[in-house]
Amino acid sequence: MEWDWNFVREIMPTLIEGVKITILATILGSALAAVVGLAIALLRRSSNRLVSRPVGFFAEFIRGTPLLVQLYFIFYILPDFGILLPPLLAGVIGLGLHYGTYTAEVYRAGIDNVPRGQWEAAKACNLDARQTWMHIILPQAIPPMIPALANYFIAMFKETPLLSAITVLELMNQAKSVANSYYRYIEPMTLVGAFFLVISLFSVVLLRWLERRFGRVGE
Amino acid sequence: MAEPIVRIDSISKSFGAFKVLDGLSMQVMPGEKLALIGPSGSGKTTILRILMTLERIDGGHIEVEGEQLYHMERGGKLVPADERHLARMRQKIGMVFQLFNLFPHKCVLDNVTLAPMLTKGVPKAQAQKRAMELLDMVGMADKARAMPAQLSGGQKQRVAIARALALSPRIMLFDEVTSALDPELVEEVLNVMRRLADETDMTMLLVTHEMGFAHDFADRVLFFDRGRIVEEGRPEEIFRNPKQERTQSFLKKIIAAGHRV
Repeated sequence: MEWDWNFVREIMPTLIEGVKITILATILGSALAAVVGLAIALLRRSSNRLVSRPVGFFAEFIRGTPLLVQLYFIFYILPDFGILLPPLLAGVIGLGLHYGTYTAEVYRAGIDNVPRGQWEAAKACNLDARQTWMHIILPQAIPPMIPALANYFIAMFKETPLLSAITVLELMNQAKSVANSYYRYIEPMTLVGAFFLVISLFSVVLLRWLERRFGRVGE
Repeated sequence: MAEPIVRIDSISKSFGAFKVLDGLSMQVMPGEKLALIGPSGSGKTTILRILMTLERIDGGHIEVEGEQLYHMERGGKLVPADERHLARMRQKIGMVFQLFNLFPHKCVLDNVTLAPMLTKGVPKAQAQKRAMELLDMVGMADKARAMPAQLSGGQKQRVAIARALALSPRIMLFDEVTSALDPELVEEVLNVMRRLADETDMTMLLVTHEMGFAHDFADRVLFFDRGRIVEEGRPEEIFRNPKQERTQSFLKKIIAAGHRV
């Protein structure tokens, strides 16, 4: 089998459509994971066990089951309960929830790393709980964990081909469909790998920059 | 005779099996400068932390300006205080910590203006004007835009004092504020505290190992050991002529360790 540049040129526009969806799913999924992770981390710290326990159980449950299974549940099984989601939305929710349980651990570590004295100073300054979180704890906790969060977002990016299982027309799905219609796999699959590689390498450069920029606190 | 500003009535506090305070009672008069001395683990820092509501008490009562600190009246009965009551009581009290606890992500000026703006709704311009006055008083006005990491320990502690003063507390708590400082930086912090004592009528409670400073600064010295006040009196009595054997041996050890009295 020979590499056919003409075929590459022909399928490129379709693959680029897929890349756009892949990137969109990653960005939306990351945003959701960032919010879900913070929510889980905060709720697990609640002194009310009726809150912290179920949230903790939920997080362990999600983390202990495969993303692919979760995607099937969200896209194919929720409709049985009357919840019908468009593929991309279902995929973003799946990615966001799944990776949110991982980012929750990053938030937990980041929050635990803020010295006890900061909580005490906030109290001595008579700040209430919300002001303490917003103005004192999170601004110190989040910058050092940005590299770790970004790491998960890059990992999520590379898992987006799973969304093809729930009919999202992301890069992998587009490549599969052109491959299946022309019975040529080498160009589409190589290009999928190449796209992921290029974007990952670019992301790693960004990650290194983030580490330099935010890795240290209070400097 | 005036009413005490702080009235502590047989409070107790344990950390696990360790009883830090055991039925402790004491009173502080308005404007009084009080030095709490004693070996570590004797409970003196715990008293400050309890007054700042950083630790809860296991039993007993505390009154600040005639109001219960940890309790409030509801339907004629005393019930445990809720967060709103505690927040209102905390306004009366400010604290300076051994390790400064400045907010490292905020500049010096923002450290001082943050609490007045957030908790009292003071407009920014007004909060900054007041903060600059306070920073000027502690000799830190020229560093208003510096970040805490750029400051020496003594400078950080002076900013921390300004931050606590910005909320105009009636009572200031100083918890070993010079213990973490290099020796050559101690004096600049003590000078600020002397000025504060001279120029204001604030009530000040000081936990310290600086016996010389305690001697000059305090109206009354309390010697703590194992959660109880062993001896109290005017500084010259406690330091020159301690009556209790435990006070004597503590002071002897402190002097042997090179602290001047």
